[in-house]
Amino acid sequence: MALDLREATGGERDPATAGGYAEPPERVGFFTDTSVCIGCKACEVACKEWNAVPEDGLLFTGMSYDNTGSLGADSWRHVAFIEQPRRLGRQETHLAPTELPPDLLRSAGGRTAVSLGLPASAPPDGHVAAAADMDFRWLMSSDVCKHCTHAACLDVCPTGALFRTEFGTVVVQEDVCNGCGYCVPACPYGVIDKRPSNGLVSKCTLCYDRLSVGQEPACAKSCPTDSIQFGELAELRERAAGRVRDLHDAGVTSARLYGADPQDGVGGAGAFFLLLDEPEVYGLPPDPVVTTRDLPAMWRRAGLAAVGLLVALAAVTIPGARR
Amino acid sequence: MSHTDVRLDTSVELPVERDALIGSAGRPERRQRGERLMVSKAEFRSYYGQPVLKSPPWQAPDIAGYLFLGGLAGASSTLAAAAELTGRPRLARGLKAGAAVAIAGSLYSLVHDLGRPERFLHMLRVVKVTSPMSIGSWLLAGYGPLAMLAAGSAVTGRLPRLGRLGTLGAGVAGPAVAAYTAALISDTAVPVWHEAHAELPIVFVGSAAASAGALGLLVAPDREAGPARRAALLGAVTELATAHRMERRLGMVGEPLRRGLGGALLRASHVLMAGGALALSLPVRNRVLTRAGAVAMIAGSICLRFGIFHAGVASARDPKYTVTPQRERLEARAESRRRRP
Repeated sequence: MALDLREATGGERDPATAGGYAEPPERVGFFTDTSVCIGCKACEVACKEWNAVPEDGLLFTGMSYDNTGSLGADSWRHVAFIEQPRRLGRQETHLAPTELPPDLLRSAGGRTAVSLGLPASAPPDGHVAAAADMDFRWLMSSDVCKHCTHAACLDVCPTGALFRTEFGTVVVQEDVCNGCGYCVPACPYGVIDKRPSNGLVSKCTLCYDRLSVGQEPACAKSCPTDSIQFGELAELRERAAGRVRDLHDAGVTSARLYGADPQDGVGGAGAFFLLLDEPEVYGLPPDPVVTTRDLPAMWRRAGLAAVGLLVALAAVTIPGARR
Repeated sequence: MSHTDVRLDTSVELPVERDALIGSAGRPERRQRGERLMVSKAEFRSYYGQPVLKSPPWQAPDIAGYLFLGGLAGASSTLAAAAELTGRPRLARGLKAGAAVAIAGSLYSLVHDLGRPERFLHMLRVVKVTSPMSIGSWLLAGYGPLAMLAAGSAVTGRLPRLGRLGTLGAGVAGPAVAAYTAALISDTAVPVWHEAHAELPIVFVGSAAASAGALGLLVAPDREAGPARRAALLGAVTELATAHRMERRLGMVGEPLRRGLGGALLRASHVLMAGGALALSLPVRNRVLTRAGAVAMIAGSICLRFGIFHAGVASARDPKYTVTPQRERLEARAESRRRRP
């Protein structure tokens, strides 16, 4: 039997059960459907407000509308903005509220478009033909801690500050963390980071306090388009597979799930995504692997090296006994 | 590199507003309906060139310094125990004192990294085999007092029995202290450190043996220095050969070991280590030459740890080293699936 040092052994095992909970509730997580994200950043704001996450620098990055930059100790949700000279499905850019294509009208099921008085997606003169052939799409995606089945941060934490909750999520206990920072380079997604003000690490808790009283996390609650969906992971995975089929049928062939496969390098993410391009375009690693998968090999090599050093240093003294 | 063009016209005279590594292909040559797949295979894509990983939040003097001092202390304790058992008291005493100073320096570095001394105690709440830092903390908690005991007894001449116990205990625990640091940095997502996990322990113990041997040559009289010289030479050869193999095997991921600050430090390390070894292996025994060689080896051992540290940080900062190997892995997997349907 191969030695497996990861917290949760066996691909199919529930992480909460592996973490020692006898009868845990269903594992919960996020399904972030980026195809309906509108980049409003309500999730970022709600997260900061609810969790009292400190300000993390007010700056302009020049990266489209993304002025958050990346996930970190003080950014537990991060909305990425990607501008691409490419169409989204069978998108017609000359679309105006008054001239909806027939199939969209059919799918609206008899409801008619109502003007909200907002500026239309057309030049001021109302002449929209100039934009008809523009190839452009704007990808937006709200990134978050993945709450991995095999969580590297949790595995390498030397103090036990990072722990597995009964919901299968991964949470930091601030009073136990000693700021060693080992979890920071261990995370294959670059999520967790050290907060400079107190030297301790912090990251998304999947709103552990809200879950405990049956509430959904603040980001999911605030998401106006249901791009962030919270729920039981098994159900979310089914829903996501259906959504990918629908998008493919609608011509958005680039739709794919990321982190939904329980056989992947982290045993499946508790927070997974529907993406419209390769993961690296969103700043996500294409094939993340929990570093502790190789830890048995590392320990074997280190043990071998240590024994080798002991033997070698003993050996070099023996012939010299003459001298 | 690809451009993001957010304009309604296709005029080429207008300057491109932004030059960002978003990864998508540039302006299309021909119009077509629906989505285009525009991923060229060789292209490396990222989110505005931002790193995927977070760099280790460690200061080089603290952690790279600790990697060196831990190795020096561990190997010195073992060589000291062996020297004592084979009747070389002055070599043993010098090495024990060196080990005690080095381990004290290690503890200072680690506490300085944590920020507050009492935070180290949090390390001793749990024992976790999945965390090399947890195992290392317990190793240090056991090894440190033993090394101090051995040195204290050897220097003052008091408590010889306890001193002997400390000498033997630290001698047995020493190699573990020297070797575990490789697992410590390999057990991260940092591309260079993780991918080097097969060779790194051998490189580190080789370097540790070289530095301990060199220390022995500096502290022992000539008639007791034989084992120190042999340990230094064996360590240097092991380190140089294994590091060479590691740098070649890693290929593209190993680039930071050849470039930038990490690469420069590693080149310096190899020159110092090889030069030191050459000086020590000459048939003429010259005191100045021996000391110069020993100092070069210690400097080489320091440069090795700082070089590996900086190369690792550089590999975490550049998304190329995270994305490209993973993308290749995915493509290889897809390829093997295509071959056997």
